[in-house]
Amino acid sequence: MEHKICAVEVHDLTVAYDTTPVLWDIDLEIPKGSLAAIVGPNGAGKTTLIKAMLGLIKPLSGEVLFFANEQNAHKNDIAYVPQSGSVDWDFPATALDIVTMGRYGRLGWLRRPGKAEKQMALEMLDKVGMLGFASRQISQLSGGQQQRVFLARALIQQAEIYLMDEPFKGVDAQTEKAFVVLLKELKRQGKTVIVVHHDLQTVTEYFDWVTLINLKIIANGPVAETYNEANLNRTYKGHGIRLKEVV
Amino acid sequence: MRAGMEIQIIAVIIAVACALPGTFLVLRKMSMISDSITHTILLGIVLAFFLTRDLSSPLLVAGAAFTGLVTVWLTETVAKTRLVSEDSAIGIVFPLLFSVAIILITRYAGSVHLDTDSVLLGELAFAPFDRMIVFGRDIGAKAIYTSGFLLLLNSTLILVFYKELKLASFDPLLSAVLGFSPVLIHYGLMALVSVTAVGAFQAVGSVLVVAFMIGPPVTAWLLTDQLKNMLLLSAGFGALSGILGYQAASLFDVSIAGSMAVTTGMLFLMAFLFSPRQGLVGIFIRRKRQHTSTGGTPKGAGWENRRRII
Repeated sequence: MEHKICAVEVHDLTVAYDTTPVLWDIDLEIPKGSLAAIVGPNGAGKTTLIKAMLGLIKPLSGEVLFFANEQNAHKNDIAYVPQSGSVDWDFPATALDIVTMGRYGRLGWLRRPGKAEKQMALEMLDKVGMLGFASRQISQLSGGQQQRVFLARALIQQAEIYLMDEPFKGVDAQTEKAFVVLLKELKRQGKTVIVVHHDLQTVTEYFDWVTLINLKIIANGPVAETYNEANLNRTYKGHGIRLKEVV
Repeated sequence: MRAGMEIQIIAVIIAVACALPGTFLVLRKMSMISDSITHTILLGIVLAFFLTRDLSSPLLVAGAAFTGLVTVWLTETVAKTRLVSEDSAIGIVFPLLFSVAIILITRYAGSVHLDTDSVLLGELAFAPFDRMIVFGRDIGAKAIYTSGFLLLLNSTLILVFYKELKLASFDPLLSAVLGFSPVLIHYGLMALVSVTAVGAFQAVGSVLVVAFMIGPPVTAWLLTDQLKNMLLLSAGFGALSGILGYQAASLFDVSIAGSMAVTTGMLFLMAFLFSPRQGLVGIFIRRKRQHTSTGGTPKGAGWENRRRII
């Protein structure tokens, strides 16, 4: 991949909670313009990897570079979709409010969202098919609709890199297909999309890059070359998944 | 101005000043930290008093606010070890710091006007006796001015940092990614709560500070889906509790602070029962209707599916 620019580079990253290491000596490169899946069993450290990339967790060692720069230099170029379970959906806010939050980073401290931001937020809600729910209180949305709102909030950031933690969780099949269309559109625009993904069946269909992880990096590369039975067996060793049906 | 009027003005100002940061405490699921802070600040006041030997020194406020932050930090540090839960951490830190303050007062400051009863219940009835004199002229009770300053401080800061508080309270992870340090915002809010507690408890006592910080926002949350409305409603409910509480207290000749605190609870009970969407009565009626029309309880209509039980 020498000819391609790396969107994300991770060097010698080790993360531990208390004394238990959850990520061990991670080295990773994801080229710009990839639609990448991070795949691994439960507890493999997928969420931790994303959080460490974003600087939300302080690693024991190692560094993360975006476009060969230090991570903080580019905060507006990175959009993040956390797991939907990480927030309280009873918060008194509408779908429009939540999507508008995606612009806060560009606004910076003290400047308030105005008409332009509202207009943009409505456009993004339209993109994810939620325009009719703009003024709906977020607790009254279904799980799939909440994920759509989160996706719209990431889109409005107009970032270069999108990090998404299980965006398909609780989403019906139709919505998932619609999401993938949007993600592929981002890729066409030259953006890099990195998704924590659970469904082994759809990896080849949705993604062109895959990172297999289980505390360590098992394999990292283009789906066509990397996503095979041998690598999956090494990733899911002892997890009892019948991989033959998957690949 | 009549003393009764002054007491009500003080109560209303303090109630609104407490309800504003209280709204964010409730949304961040940190209600009980207000109980902790309103008590542990006493330690800061006592220690600052030992340094200055002056009960009116501004250092007392600074010391108290600092102890408030120390309380939050200690509680979080204990909780972060994961050896005890967060509420247990409050249960350890709060009595410890508060009791040290009590011991210090009883041992070394027995003759000073710093008694434990007034800390808990305040002395709202006596507030009008402490006058603000400027150039020899009496311009009203001192507490009106101190609480007025608190209200100005809280409403200004919350107005200015509304966007940041909203984001960090809803989604601290995104807040951090977008460059709004949730830790900074968290401790900023805690500092505000501490200063509010210091300023307010001298007049109304720590129990009423907690009642004003938590009761009105919780009541407001049952009635609205908008953060702005929640702030406005909780300010309104706080003010109403102050006025109704005072009227009830003078009617039945009982403790003013106690009566106001009871009123915040009564207002919550009313909203809990009669809130149009989430109230118990509304749910009961809807359930009954659905029973008669479909002959069973459909999913999502019942009490167990209420949005939140606080």
